[in-house]
Amino acid sequence: MHKIKENIFWVGSIDWDLRNFHGYDTPSGSTYNSYLILDEKPTLIDAVKSYGSQEMITRIKEIIDPAKIQYIVSNHTEMDHSGAIDELLKYCPNAQIVCSPKGEEGLKRHFKKNWKFKVVQTGDVLDIGKRKLKFFLMPMVHWPDSMATYLESDAILFSNDAFGQHYASSERYVDEVGLDIAIAEATKYYANIVLPFGAQVLKVLDVIKDLKIETICPSHGLIWRKPDDIKKIVASYQKWALYQSDKKVLIVYDTMWHSTEMMAKYLFTALDKEGISVKLMNLQTAHISDVVTDIMLSQMILLGTPMLNNHMLPSMASLMMYMKGLKPKNRYGFTFGSYGWSTVGFKELESSCQEAGLELISDGNYIKFIPDAEELKSLDKTVSLIKNKLNV
Amino acid sequence: MKKYRCTVCGYIYDPAVGDVDNGIPAGTSFDALPDNWVCPDCGVGKNDFEPVD
Ligand SMILES: [Fe+2]
Ligand SMILES: [Fe+2]
Repeated sequence: MHKIKENIFWVGSIDWDLRNFHGYDTPSGSTYNSYLILDEKPTLIDAVKSYGSQEMITRIKEIIDPAKIQYIVSNHTEMDHSGAIDELLKYCPNAQIVCSPKGEEGLKRHFKKNWKFKVVQTGDVLDIGKRKLKFFLMPMVHWPDSMATYLESDAILFSNDAFGQHYASSERYVDEVGLDIAIAEATKYYANIVLPFGAQVLKVLDVIKDLKIETICPSHGLIWRKPDDIKKIVASYQKWALYQSDKKVLIVYDTMWHSTEMMAKYLFTALDKEGISVKLMNLQTAHISDVVTDIMLSQMILLGTPMLNNHMLPSMASLMMYMKGLKPKNRYGFTFGSYGWSTVGFKELESSCQEAGLELISDGNYIKFIPDAEELKSLDKTVSLIKNKLNV
Repeated sequence: MKKYRCTVCGYIYDPAVGDVDNGIPAGTSFDALPDNWVCPDCGVGKNDFEPVD
């Protein structure tokens, strides 16, 4: 039994096997966190993925008869949290579903059922006995329906996907696993799920700064309870929401016959010699969900691809499409690559960079077939320009 | 000029500000936005907007 506070329990499910969360690579699995509050009207905060329903129900049964549950708060419609509600309602058919207006709309679209809904707005309070739950809509963090639930008496924020991490463990708290691991996973989570919504995250941070929060219970991964850990994750969210990054260079490339690779490695060596923090990622070995994490952390992104039938390689096109959706702001870009006879596809690469929000620092550097020593040296001016732009 | 709110995500279109990131200069009224303009935050079309009173 995982007790969070007196009469508050974690009753979620652990997804040890998860390796692909709609395209996001999750080497550490994940958890779907569900929380049970025992009071006059027992309340469940969020459910789990459909295939975790029996695990959740078993955990609930260790504590109470599920039939006693009066309210199921659905902070977010996405199926990793609502998927098990249908199954759970077989055990507590009279429970009311508490959600935002968009949550009701979404749950009806997902389940095609007329559940008993109790629709709430920001500031609404639900009396469950000795305790009161307060709701805050947080549209687009990260769906229109997203909502957080605050339990003032226990100073707990149930933040749903915000502050979450895809990390499976028997430990429930950040401090039991280590802050570095939790921050690394939360960074990847933010980059892959929350990055487009900086303005909306800032609004949420503005609301929670006035709340007394001793525990942040997200819907994935570990719970934040040490004051310093909470400070760290909130400050990190602030930084990411403002699209701030570090003076780092990320070189992302793919290659056919090693020519673009030669350019990428030349840039790496030259930048490294200058003492600049620089990372090389080959799209054949790096997963795009890790690439966008490093894009979020780096101020300067260098993108290299050869031409294949007058287009960038599909691996680069995939990254570009992903980036257009994630919209990283306040970053510089530079494009390079090898071609055989036509440079026409590099225009597409450049416009994709701009659509994704990168400010190109100069024209790209494109070399016919295999670069010679002189041509590689032409990248030196890019290195100077990077130093200049990063102010290092 | 009237402001409009996105009924899906709450984004406010303010004609005084425009939507510069997407090529809409400040001073463009909501009515003057092109038909294919979408909410910069959630991507829904003009039909999902309502005037702010
Ligand atoms: Fe979600
Ligand atoms: Fe989620």
